[in-house]
Amino acid sequence: MQLDPVVLSRIQFAWVIGWHILLPAFTVGLASFIAFLEGGYALTKRPVFLDLSQFWLRIFAISFGMGVVTGIVMPFQFGTNWSRFADDAGNVISPLLAYEGLTAFFLEATFLGVLLFGRKLVPPSMHFVAALLVAVGTLSSSFWILATNSWMQTPVGHEIIDGRFFPKDWLEIIFSPSFPYRLAHTVSAFFVTTAFVVLGVGAYTLRRRQSVEHGRVMLRLALWFLAIFVPAQIVIGDLHGLNTLEHQPAKLAAIEGLWDGGSGVAASIIGWPDQTAERNLGEIAIPRLGSLYLTHSWDGAVKGLKDFPADQRPPVAIVYFTFRIMVGIALLMLTVVAAGFVLMARGTLDRTGWYLRLCQLTTCLGFIAVIAGWTTTEVGRQPWTVYGLLRTADSVSPSLAGSDVVLSLALYVAVYLVIYPVGLLAMLRIVWRGPASREASEPIAGGRPMAPIAALSPAAPGAER
Amino acid sequence: MIPTLSLVPVWTVILALAVFFYVALDGFDLGVGMLYNFAPDRRARDLLMNSIAPIWDGNETWLVLGSLGLLAAFPLAFAIIIPAVYFPILLMLLALIFRGLAFEFRYRDAEHRTFWDHGFAYGSALAAFAQGVVLGAFIQGFHVEGRHFAGGSFDCFTLFSAFTGVALMFGYGLLGACWLVIKTDGALQDWARAFGRRSLIGTVLAIAVVSLWTPFIDAHIAARWFSWPNIAILAPVPLITAGLVCYEWWSLDHGSDYGPFLGALGLFVMSYVGIAISLWPMIVPGHYTLDEAAASESTQAFLLVGTLILLPVILFYTGWSYWVFRGKVRADSGYH
Repeated sequence: MQLDPVVLSRIQFAWVIGWHILLPAFTVGLASFIAFLEGGYALTKRPVFLDLSQFWLRIFAISFGMGVVTGIVMPFQFGTNWSRFADDAGNVISPLLAYEGLTAFFLEATFLGVLLFGRKLVPPSMHFVAALLVAVGTLSSSFWILATNSWMQTPVGHEIIDGRFFPKDWLEIIFSPSFPYRLAHTVSAFFVTTAFVVLGVGAYTLRRRQSVEHGRVMLRLALWFLAIFVPAQIVIGDLHGLNTLEHQPAKLAAIEGLWDGGSGVAASIIGWPDQTAERNLGEIAIPRLGSLYLTHSWDGAVKGLKDFPADQRPPVAIVYFTFRIMVGIALLMLTVVAAGFVLMARGTLDRTGWYLRLCQLTTCLGFIAVIAGWTTTEVGRQPWTVYGLLRTADSVSPSLAGSDVVLSLALYVAVYLVIYPVGLLAMLRIVWRGPASREASEPIAGGRPMAPIAALSPAAPGAER
Repeated sequence: MIPTLSLVPVWTVILALAVFFYVALDGFDLGVGMLYNFAPDRRARDLLMNSIAPIWDGNETWLVLGSLGLLAAFPLAFAIIIPAVYFPILLMLLALIFRGLAFEFRYRDAEHRTFWDHGFAYGSALAAFAQGVVLGAFIQGFHVEGRHFAGGSFDCFTLFSAFTGVALMFGYGLLGACWLVIKTDGALQDWARAFGRRSLIGTVLAIAVVSLWTPFIDAHIAARWFSWPNIAILAPVPLITAGLVCYEWWSLDHGSDYGPFLGALGLFVMSYVGIAISLWPMIVPGHYTLDEAAASESTQAFLLVGTLILLPVILFYTGWSYWVFRGKVRADSGYH
């Protein structure tokens, strides 16, 4: 078998960004949540806010640290594996990426030090400001990264000279047609993801009955937040879809599993898109519904995949299924939140065991939806890196042999399979200990307070004393 | 008509500064990481870790700025150099992952504490070595055809690049030891001073060997340094370096807490200047000059606006964050 550096580089990129995106998906929302808690504490002086802030900060420290180290990998991918893309599109995308580094990364990384280590060194108001700046930093990170991605999806504001992209209008480049929708949809997805984690952890804390107040506060904050953001996210997602219909019709046709375009197209509910046979196997579809929700008219015309040459179609099945996973999760989320409000209205929310267990199960829903949605939009962009203009196959570093990428991919796989389980376990341990614990007030061993779980284990320095 | 002012020199200075900041800042915390395994006891190791815990990730972001700055200001250089050092970059990134996560994991994942301790120390060492290999490969030059690197992914591993890898490990070790002289006191500081002297010997040997080896690799570099009148004009570079070495040796023995670190920074500045003199004005040695590899003017101008506003702000609060965590490492300034 011939090892294809293009396919392998794509797998490698998917691997490193797929794992990386889980962390911003969590930390962007969590940073804002912590800033909210710090602000709440500064205003009301209720100790529960301080406890929760410190609790989530411990988790934030781990996920943010993982986000930093896996994030450093990302810009280098453009050089190591996608150097022709870097050369061809560098003039346009690089300032956007650099602005991400400048405005956000530094803001986060620098003030995070104050946030994590500075509670005793700076006054509480400064501590709140540090929390706020970390949150602003994560949001501005999202802004620039998604501006870059949106330009790759819907490129405008440039000119092409000798096959290379040159900037003409920076505002057009930053605010490319898909950008407002993508930014809103993604950031909202990150917030929802975090809120479901808070919901699940709140439910767990409540069920354990050892810090009831913390659990109650988390559960309610999450539910109220989700009651606004889940429906809003569904509306934003729909608008994003209409934007895709306008600017990336081949991607939309793949999402819909629509081979034959025309007017009054059906909505495919489920089936198996067969790329070579150019049809869906075992499909369940509702006539005309597709046109209705895509064009808001029963007879609206929509392009099908067959309207595009075979070498300009994305891998249909992946896009088709990941989209359905994302939408299915959205509906599930809506149900969970609605059920929560019914129970809250009855006054039995805190005592309904099955619901609290359900909330625990939904902790991971946001992450799955984010990965599914990201896969939909990125695989849907194929076979292009810059949509319609630069092919993925022409973007890869020409010097790479397939075996080089096999080796690097294997190493990335091995390392990520070590660090992610360890990171998850580390965060779970903090959750298991619960928000009522105060690590900072523990006796200090070896120059830093030890996590109690570590102090219990024989290898820990606390045990030496 | 007003002649358009080229931004290339401005970007050259900014990029040079960013790379230097990265080397100086992450250099000392990678150095502390390498010294970690040699620390006398667990208390010392914890203090070592604490001395860099609040600042390492801020330091590491200069790597992001440096790489993105190279991509933004000189995209052609980025597109040629980075694939040419595919494996050193890979090793550096994986090593940085391990050492970065060790800060949290060594006590959050206490059953595998030894594993993470090693991850921290060997990760730091491997990252330093890999960066040295990148430097060596860069000085040696690459096989370029047109706008692409045309060599193999293993071409960058040579005797010379392996040597520069070891050289940078000694240099970072020196920086790390000098940082610890600032941050610790008593017996641990004495230990750091002793370690600093050992690293200094290695660093000086490395600088001397690389300085003598480089002209043999490239006739242009030899001509630059040894032709008349350059040899007279550039004579201060080795002379100042020699002076700094003497100062550093004395300072590690008798000097104030800050003296050794400043001296070590001086040695890095002089080495950096030396490399710049050898390669100027090439950014892809032997193939493309800074001007030829530069991004479009619009790209440079657009990014420069924000950079000139944000870079001072970043420098200010980087300084502020160092100020907050100034002084000797305290036992109670750990996490949370």
